[in-house]
Amino acid sequence: MMVDGVEDEEKWLAAGIAGLQQNAFYMHRALDSNNLRDALKYSAQMLSELRTSKLSPQKYYQLYMRAFDELRKLEMFFKEETRRGCSIIDLYELVQHAGNILPRLYLLCTVGSVYIKSKEAPAKDVLKDLVEMCRGIQHPVRGLFLRSYLSQISRDKLPDIGSEYEGDADTVNDAMEFVLQNFTEMNKLWVRMQHQGPAREKDKREKERSELRDLVGKNLHVLSQIEGVDLDMYKETVLPRVLEQVVNCKDEIAQCYLMDCIIQVFPDEYHLQTLEILLGAFPQLQPSVDIKTVLSRLMERLSNYAASSTEVLPEFLQVEAFSKLNNAIGKVIEAQADMPILGAVTLYSSLLTFTLHVHPDRLDYADQVLGACVKKLSGEGKLEDNRATKQIVALLSAPLDKYNDIVTVLKLSNYPSVMEYVDSETNKVMAMVIIQSIMKNNTQISTADKVGALFELIKGLIRDLDGAAHDQVDEDDFKEEQNSVARLIQMLQNDDTEEMFKIICTVRKHILTGGPKRLPFTVPPLVFSSLKLVRQLQGPEENPFGEEGSTTPKKVFQLLNQTIETLYGVPAPELALRLYLQCAEAANDSDLEPVAYEFFTQAYILYEEEISDSRAQVTAIHLIIGTLQRMHVFGVENRDTLTHKATGYSAKLLKKPDQCRAVYACSHLFWVDDQDNMKDGERVLLCLKRALRIANAAQQMSNATRGSTGSVTLFVEILNKYLYFFEKGNTQINAAAIQSLIELITAEMQSESNSPDPAADAFFASTLRYIQFQKQKGGAVGEKYEPIKV
Amino acid sequence: MNYLIGAFKPACNISITFADGKNRKQVPLKKENGQTIMVPLFQSQENISGKISIEPVLGKKVEHNGVKIELLGQIEMYFDRGNFYDFTSLVRELDVPGEIYERKTYPFEFSTVEMPYETYNGVNVRLRYVLKVTVSRGYGGSVVEYQDFVVRNYTPPPSINNSIKMEVGIEDCLHIEFEYNKSKYHLKDVIIGKIYFLLVRIKIKNMDLEIRRRESTGSGANTHVETETLAKFELMDGAPVRGESIPIRLFLSPYELTPTHRNINNKFSVKYYLNLVLVDEEDRRYFKQQEITIYRLQENS
Repeated sequence: MMVDGVEDEEKWLAAGIAGLQQNAFYMHRALDSNNLRDALKYSAQMLSELRTSKLSPQKYYQLYMRAFDELRKLEMFFKEETRRGCSIIDLYELVQHAGNILPRLYLLCTVGSVYIKSKEAPAKDVLKDLVEMCRGIQHPVRGLFLRSYLSQISRDKLPDIGSEYEGDADTVNDAMEFVLQNFTEMNKLWVRMQHQGPAREKDKREKERSELRDLVGKNLHVLSQIEGVDLDMYKETVLPRVLEQVVNCKDEIAQCYLMDCIIQVFPDEYHLQTLEILLGAFPQLQPSVDIKTVLSRLMERLSNYAASSTEVLPEFLQVEAFSKLNNAIGKVIEAQADMPILGAVTLYSSLLTFTLHVHPDRLDYADQVLGACVKKLSGEGKLEDNRATKQIVALLSAPLDKYNDIVTVLKLSNYPSVMEYVDSETNKVMAMVIIQSIMKNNTQISTADKVGALFELIKGLIRDLDGAAHDQVDEDDFKEEQNSVARLIQMLQNDDTEEMFKIICTVRKHILTGGPKRLPFTVPPLVFSSLKLVRQLQGPEENPFGEEGSTTPKKVFQLLNQTIETLYGVPAPELALRLYLQCAEAANDSDLEPVAYEFFTQAYILYEEEISDSRAQVTAIHLIIGTLQRMHVFGVENRDTLTHKATGYSAKLLKKPDQCRAVYACSHLFWVDDQDNMKDGERVLLCLKRALRIANAAQQMSNATRGSTGSVTLFVEILNKYLYFFEKGNTQINAAAIQSLIELITAEMQSESNSPDPAADAFFASTLRYIQFQKQKGGAVGEKYEPIKV
Repeated sequence: MNYLIGAFKPACNISITFADGKNRKQVPLKKENGQTIMVPLFQSQENISGKISIEPVLGKKVEHNGVKIELLGQIEMYFDRGNFYDFTSLVRELDVPGEIYERKTYPFEFSTVEMPYETYNGVNVRLRYVLKVTVSRGYGGSVVEYQDFVVRNYTPPPSINNSIKMEVGIEDCLHIEFEYNKSKYHLKDVIIGKIYFLLVRIKIKNMDLEIRRRESTGSGANTHVETETLAKFELMDGAPVRGESIPIRLFLSPYELTPTHRNINNKFSVKYYLNLVLVDEEDRRYFKQQEITIYRLQENS
């Protein structure tokens, strides 16, 4: 017969408002004509609209607010009435003649407000009477609103300390009692809503309840505002009473909201001093209450409080805040056996944050928390819950954020154990967090032990953890991760070479477990890190004949050799080759000829056996040439062997231009500027001539296959080499040779088969301009260039 | 009726005035015709004195067989209308038979009149006090004039006034304990009390406290009982749970109550009851009735 629906509710609300307004109109008329009797009559009728049961709390609120406004006018009227000589006591009785209880009580509260203001009776007596009489409304919504009205009108009239309504003795107690009682009754009504109406409307009811919760919570706020409620009173009366109500109501929504409310409205200092009492309530709450959120917020508040000023820290110590919280959490977790792991982890995470803020010096506390967390986790196996792992990450990140120093965190013995319980994905995330922290703070991790621990911690990045699905890994992410590891390796530094060597060995041990995918990322930084060590060892205190076991460059190089070898399996020959060359150069600087030779040998072997791609070969050969050119450690024989090989490789490149370029590059191998014994002008010329021949052959080949000779670039390049050596004073290179080369190029450029190449033309033109310039310079240089005609 | 009066004009006008008429308190009295008039208020053992003045109409002389004034206390049952039972009847002869030519005044006095019962206007019964002046005439019919007055008797506060306390209930359904602070209330009293819910298994919608008046008239087989609900005062809105206690505070002053009358002259009784009514969501009523005694306390004013 009755259709439940928003529309109907709107209609009822409209009807209620209309009724209310109509009676309010008559009430106003009575007020204007000072007709008390009619005023009471119509105000009671107006308030009767609030007797409806048809409105949801939200709609009811709208109606209530209108009535509230009207009651303000009525209150003014009552005040004037008393000024006109009407006894307030009579008024107080008169409104109680109303037959319906709800209007009667609204009127009573309204007159009560005037009564208190008149001070004809102590505020406490009037308040007590009002709060007692309000028991007549047992309907939850109507009761809550009535009591909220009572709370509203009484807020500024509590017999608080310093208030004008303060009585002779201890009236703060009365004020507190009043608010507590109103709170208790309101909470009861609120909780009762849960149990009324059909079960299928549970969701709707819970929604409605949550809409009303602030009416209840307001009382706690009022309590917190009472000046006279000091710490003692809070501790002795207010908190125990409120908690008693919270615990006894056995209602999930209420407990959750009110605990949070207590935490939010009362000062931190109070919480700190009553921690035991407050925490004692938690295990008594319903199992379904979201304790973790509430407790977390408590700890968050206390953490902030601790952070607010160092002066408050002694208080925390004095009340042993940490151990109390720790105990409480233990108890809660114990009491709520089926609390999801997420809850437990959240709690530990908050506790950890708390202890980090409050006791930054007590690493053992933090470790204790982690230990407890490990214990809880050990009963669960690997975490599946996404949110729980997120919390773990938060938990593990907290110490990093606090100390900004992984070294400190590494002292937490339980830290790695917690890491054990997260899946490899999370482990990786965590590892990234750790690395980022190190980067950001430029943390020095300077012992091998710590490095070992660190790498154990971030093993998710270092190696494939069991069962991790490789194919799911995003390529970019993977690179990102491995680059981070590489950066981390670079960060490891200790000025003590012995220790540094140990660090390198430790890192090596770890990264070698990384498998072919990771090695190309991790080996290079390790190699360079080692080379840095080598350079350090070359310092003034270098003692190559030092005691057995001390670190020598030789040892480092041995290790390097083995390390680079691991890249064979990847395979990454090009990378390995580069690294060998780097090492060779370092060995060169260390004057270790055999070592350098060995590295070159390795590089050559790689070149021969592994690098087959022609483009890679080109790159490799240039690298070899470049490196070799700078080597000064080799004896003639070794050098010969190596240069010979290098030139040989150069001539065997696939493409003619590549050949040509490699060969003229080889010319540098025979001419090292600052070493007179390594200036072999003849072989330089040989190389250049050979290059010319190859360039020529390239031209012809091009002509044969494409019908055009192609660019003269190669010739111009060779010309530049000529000029270089010419200037360097290689007597084998003379002006005539240069002259003929220039002519050759000019001829080539004018030949019909030549295809125009602006770049080559420009290059040639600049070269000529350079010669011109040198000529004009005069002096020795000018003289030298004189014979060359452009 | 006015034209009738006009047709049979009485031979003289009689007026009755009380000696302290100007100072005496006047109270409203509802007449049979529904009109309310103000009449003087007396209590038992007061002197009732005043003057009667008789003025012949149009200067005609009035012959009479004597003039008397009676003070009557009457009980009138409505089912036996017109039949008055006089429980008090005092007479003063004011004049011997003779003639009245002009306005003539007679003083009268009834001293320390015993008026044990209060004026009462009920549903089926009326108790009234009246002064009746009769100018007796032979054939022309006597001229009679009435003057009502009201009697109220005051009772000192009772020395014993126990509270009413009782536990009632329906097994496994509803158990309540209620308490009214007294069993005897004066007319301007306040009923204070509380209802304590020991067991609630029904969905209560609201709870009222009613004041009921029970007027019984006649006796034996002819007893008529009339019950009126004078007050319906809502005590509670909504469904309480076990352990709740609901306060009662009911001011009696707004209601038109009379003192309790017990067996007045064997003719009638008026008793008052407090009826506690609980209404459940199916509009079933659960109630418990308790008699209270109402008395009239001397007002200070």
